[in-house]
Amino acid sequence: MIRSEILKEIAPIIRDHLVVCNIGLPSQELHMIDDQPTNFYMLGTMGLSSSIGFGLALAQDKPVISIDGDGSVLTNLGTLPTIANNATGNYTLLIIDNGSYGSTGDQPTYAGQKTSLTAVARACGCDNVIEVQDKDLGPVLQSAIDSDEMTIIVCKCDSGNIKLPVITMDPVVIKDRFMKAVAS
Amino acid sequence: MNIDKKIADDLVANDISFVTTVPCKQLAGVIEEVEKRDDIFHIPSNKEDEGMGLCAGAHMAGKRPAIIMQNTAIGVTINTLATLIQYYRMPLPMLISYRGELREPVACQVEMAVHTKALLAQLNIPTYHFHWQKDVEEFDNILKYTFMCNKPVAILTDANFWGGYGDQ
Ligand SMILES: Cc1ncc(C[n+]2csc(CCOP(=O)(O)OP(=O)(O)O)c2C)c(N)n1
Ligand SMILES: [Mg+2]
Repeated sequence: MIRSEILKEIAPIIRDHLVVCNIGLPSQELHMIDDQPTNFYMLGTMGLSSSIGFGLALAQDKPVISIDGDGSVLTNLGTLPTIANNATGNYTLLIIDNGSYGSTGDQPTYAGQKTSLTAVARACGCDNVIEVQDKDLGPVLQSAIDSDEMTIIVCKCDSGNIKLPVITMDPVVIKDRFMKAVAS
Repeated sequence: MNIDKKIADDLVANDISFVTTVPCKQLAGVIEEVEKRDDIFHIPSNKEDEGMGLCAGAHMAGKRPAIIMQNTAIGVTINTLATLIQYYRMPLPMLISYRGELREPVACQVEMAVHTKALLAQLNIPTYHFHWQKDVEEFDNILKYTFMCNKPVAILTDANFWGGYGDQ
């Protein structure tokens, strides 16, 4: 499965939850598949989906899912120890690991080669790290959201993209809508 | 006056409850003070752009965040300041140790010091420079200003403000 197929499959699971979504095609795809006020779309700032979602989870009680990419996690690896050492049960980090910088044309990342993000997350001190194949993600994600334990999911999948438009919504509108959903 | 305590008092009085830090020798006292306060959740970050991501999340949760870092981190965070904090209009007080200024003993620190104000000016970030201890009296007003205008605001604090380095 490619990223867009995964997002289609998990859309009903994440629809009612706070989601911080990674820059580029992941946000564009989620926006097209199931736009929700509970979605925070990143329009820039590669690497910070994990950190933004984690800050949000620490500062309020609702479940938060950060949808991240392998390339973006690699560029902000330093946040995994921060997440591990300040664990909060309402946080789920979903890394869609397609082994490539998908949004920029599928250039290979090191996560698709010798580097295991699952092993990295464990070595950083994350207690509950699950590596899962794309087709098995749904139930794993559901139980991660339902459980009181913080979970890092590394979802291995194929590299590949669909054609779709950019998000033209104003960033302040995205944020305002999202903050109202957080507060409601 | 204990400036570390005064700064932490002002943070608490302005309802700032989420603070991330990356250490600098000059900031050791204020970081220790922030860590002590029950009203502040202190989360050390490993890199300042990561810290700004945490602050962005806390802001969207309805909390008031702040970051405490060294001026060299301006070089690390320009993309994050432009495409996250400014683009989404997020308030962020940045208490910054201004290394490489008067009374600095480490020559390398001057190399980023000479770019610091120019970079902040290029980013249109309101910038204040504390040089004398009494300048800390302005801190409370700067915090209020930051959350009034929803912008990142820089407070540069040099070695003279922190009382120098003692005998070198
Ligand atoms: C600092 C910076 N460098 C490079 C880019 C270009 N860029 C945007 S998205 C992206 C790929 C992200 O890859 P990954 O996180 O694996 O997500 P995928 O698209 O594969 O789902 C890159 C390199 C950027 N936005 N910012
Ligand atoms: Mg990828």
